[in-house]
Amino acid sequence: MRVFAKLTRTEFRLLLREPMLLFWIFAFPSILVVILGSIPAFREPIPDLGGVRVIDLYAAIAIILTLAMLGVQSAPLVLTTYRERGILRRLATTPVRPVALLGAQLVMSLLTAIVSVALLLIIARLVFAVPLPRHLLGFAVAFLATAGAAFAIGLFIAAVAPGGKAANTIGTLAFFPLMFFAGLWTPREVFPEVLRRIADLTPLGAGERAVQEAMAGQWPAWGSLTVLVAYMLVFGLAAARLFRWE
Amino acid sequence: MTVINVDRLRKRYGDTVAVSDVSFTVERGEIFGILGPNGAGKTTTVESIAGLRAPDGGTITVLDRDPGDPELRRLVGVQLQESQLPEKMTAGEALELYSAFYSEPADWRRLADELGLAGKLTTRFGKLSGGQKQRLSIALALIGNPAVAILDELTTGLDPQARRDTWDLVESIRDRGVTVLLVTHFMEEAERLCDRVALIDAGTVVALDTPAGLIAGVSAEQRIRFRPSVPLDDTLLTGLTEVREVRRHGTQLEVIGEGNLLHAVTATLAAHQIIANDLRVEQASLDDAFVRLTGRAATGEHS
Repeated sequence: MRVFAKLTRTEFRLLLREPMLLFWIFAFPSILVVILGSIPAFREPIPDLGGVRVIDLYAAIAIILTLAMLGVQSAPLVLTTYRERGILRRLATTPVRPVALLGAQLVMSLLTAIVSVALLLIIARLVFAVPLPRHLLGFAVAFLATAGAAFAIGLFIAAVAPGGKAANTIGTLAFFPLMFFAGLWTPREVFPEVLRRIADLTPLGAGERAVQEAMAGQWPAWGSLTVLVAYMLVFGLAAARLFRWE
Repeated sequence: MTVINVDRLRKRYGDTVAVSDVSFTVERGEIFGILGPNGAGKTTTVESIAGLRAPDGGTITVLDRDPGDPELRRLVGVQLQESQLPEKMTAGEALELYSAFYSEPADWRRLADELGLAGKLTTRFGKLSGGQKQRLSIALALIGNPAVAILDELTTGLDPQARRDTWDLVESIRDRGVTVLLVTHFMEEAERLCDRVALIDAGTVVALDTPAGLIAGVSAEQRIRFRPSVPLDDTLLTGLTEVREVRRHGTQLEVIGEGNLLHAVTATLAAHQIIANDLRVEQASLDDAFVRLTGRAATGEHS
């Protein structure tokens, strides 16, 4: 346990030395909310959406965005680089198992996501009066399930990508469609019916729906949670089978 | 006492046979060299010993244990080829982190001091020189106070000065009672450091002896080089029983043979009033043993 804590702390330190990554993970989601919230029309309740404001929707979308950047883009890049540079192999010769480093990277990413999302929620609450999640337990479950699905996909990318460059490319290619269905460019709530049904079956679309519902005070739809757990299991197991340590 | 025992090791990757028949034992406190050209199967052999690869055949024991025994990861320190660290991790952080992996680690500050890294503890891995990275890598292999250290190609890519410093270091590791398994393709390195050497070629051990023993095995052969004062007919020398071969290198003659070669050649030259300018008698080196035993020139630089 002491070793795992040290590994996690080291991963944190290394993240703090990546200014670009820090910007995208900690600042960008909040900045996005601030920019969108500055548009007056986005602060008006929309009767068609049951009186919800666009900025309320984007608070949830920005949370998904944080998880997508960490899980699908940053984690696979870090892990493939560790493999490429022989860091996992070096660990294999010590009493520590390489899987511990993988775990430390994921725990660090999850803690980072929690801090980033807390910051985002506070800013959204203070500046634009976006209510804090009303169903706290539901929000926690939706958040963790989405994180689980995003990190499982990230691990899968790390497992199949031959190197850091490939992981970066695959991660970016996956990022755009995943975030499209999560509503980054047009909120899922205003999708046409067919598109919304498709979105509900994608990991981040289901994640956005679950987080959105919990923020609005409901228990997230079981359908969404099922979709998230399915992605987590399928990609997680595939990653576990395919992951190469060298 | 035998520390490492490798018996008829076999390992293939698909259709490629990396190791077909390798056997040797390493005794406590020795520096044992595995020498061979690139692609001979050296790295596969040590990776099997380090428990990173499962052999297809044969047996390996390290300190009387199977190489996969988790206990060995505490007792064996490994410095692998091309094993790096995160670019932005400092040397000190790496040492501190890796020392936490072991129940009874060495004092990492002292180790850094001994390896000349004391001034580099706050330097990031990416900013270290090749020699410093290599020394850090050795430090990480030694940080758990291992009984056995496996060092793979540790001076490849180092400049001659850094290489010599690293050799001193390996000797000091042995002096503290650590058994060292050293993989190299530098003859000079093996000659200087190793108590015994296994010469591996095409997946098999072609010779196993002390460096001096290996050289003695080929040194029945002698070579003389000189520039004759007047042109001379090869048959003058090839007629001698001691001479096996005469080669010409420009104006230089190289005479290869055995027995009392020097006396036979100089006596014949004197009888014909030929003076041998720039006369040199060449002694066999591990290089020659290598060439003789593998039938090809050693790769790598010679300094």
